[in-house]
Amino acid sequence: MALLRSVLDLIGNTPMVEVSELSPNPQVRIVIKLEGQNPGGSVKDRIALAMVEEAEKDGRLAPGDTLIEPSSGNTGIGLALVARVKGYHLKVVLPSNVSVERRQLLEVWGAEIIESPGSEGSNGAVRMANRIHQEHPEWVYLYQYANRANPTAHYEGTGPEIWRDCPEVTHFVAGLGTSGTLLGVGRFLKERNPDVQVWAVEPPAGEMVDGLRNLDDGYIPPIFTDLRGADLLDRKTMIGPRESIEWTRRLAEAGVFAGISSGAAMAGAARCASSVERGVVVIVAADGGWKYLSTGAWTDDLDVVVERAKRTIYF
Amino acid sequence: MPVEVRLPTVLRSAAGGSSSVTAEGATIGEVLQNLIAAFPAMAGQVLTEDGTLHRFVNVYVNDDDVRYLEQLDTKVAEGDTVSILPAVAGG
Repeated sequence: MALLRSVLDLIGNTPMVEVSELSPNPQVRIVIKLEGQNPGGSVKDRIALAMVEEAEKDGRLAPGDTLIEPSSGNTGIGLALVARVKGYHLKVVLPSNVSVERRQLLEVWGAEIIESPGSEGSNGAVRMANRIHQEHPEWVYLYQYANRANPTAHYEGTGPEIWRDCPEVTHFVAGLGTSGTLLGVGRFLKERNPDVQVWAVEPPAGEMVDGLRNLDDGYIPPIFTDLRGADLLDRKTMIGPRESIEWTRRLAEAGVFAGISSGAAMAGAARCASSVERGVVVIVAADGGWKYLSTGAWTDDLDVVVERAKRTIYF
Repeated sequence: MPVEVRLPTVLRSAAGGSSSVTAEGATIGEVLQNLIAAFPAMAGQVLTEDGTLHRFVNVYVNDDDVRYLEQLDTKVAEGDTVSILPAVAGG
């Protein structure tokens, strides 16, 4: 281990570990990339640093500036870490129904929280941030959903790391939040081996988000449309809260303490493993379990936890 | 063949408040057309005027998004569950 100059140098280069003992198919290995090992605790540290450095380079961001960003938590936390180290102010538009630890971590690094209605989910946070940015054009709006530095961070970082550590990958499975991970890693892996299949996992969040007035309140990240995400993905599968929690617990039994969206990705990997004859499925565990201890995900009665998860945003 | 169709909150008022209804059809396209025929208030919300899937709607057969299967030609069989969900972001 080298002695590093800045905590930001710890971002990326995360470890991968085999969890094939959890595979429902003995001919399919499952390998998990532990993004919770990043210093801010999630995969979003990568895009936070990339978006900030890109904005610094093109002159949009100068010392002392204020950033505004909508986030269900992890991007906000990553940006809070980067902003604290580099000396920027950060305001995060955060849905009210995220776990308490997400809020606490934002406070640790001095971010200001602007609450958006939980019933509108992340879509509501995006709408509110768009509105605030119009009123305050002097605040720098990196806008993770439309920022090319987001998928590029995965094309240049996460993807090559997976290829370096597990070139035998046949399937890549990850959550579809901003779509940045899937777009960046998916494109990189398919360029190296066109046979690699890319699967997206999505929670049925629409069921929990009942504050949408009509379907035109729906939201597709501009990067997904611009970079032709629909052509890149081979399959998209829905994983409900119960399956997500069950697989989060199974991961813990295998020694991997990961967040609830990682349980969803793992459930997707298991589904993928069952549907193919042989292969190597790589999944991204977006964060560790720490931020979800208050949800009782590992310890409380499963039915109670599932009901709780239905009201919480964990992607 | 009748299949169960689960509706998102935003479409329930168009179906008298039901969270789940049944509709006939051998493909997703047929199921959605029959759904709209039964509940005309859903017109324009699920399918566009030219009959394509509304941009902000994700339709799943069991757990698979039909956009990555055969789209509106995706076959459904008795016992399948069709879920209609609005497109939402994460992050």
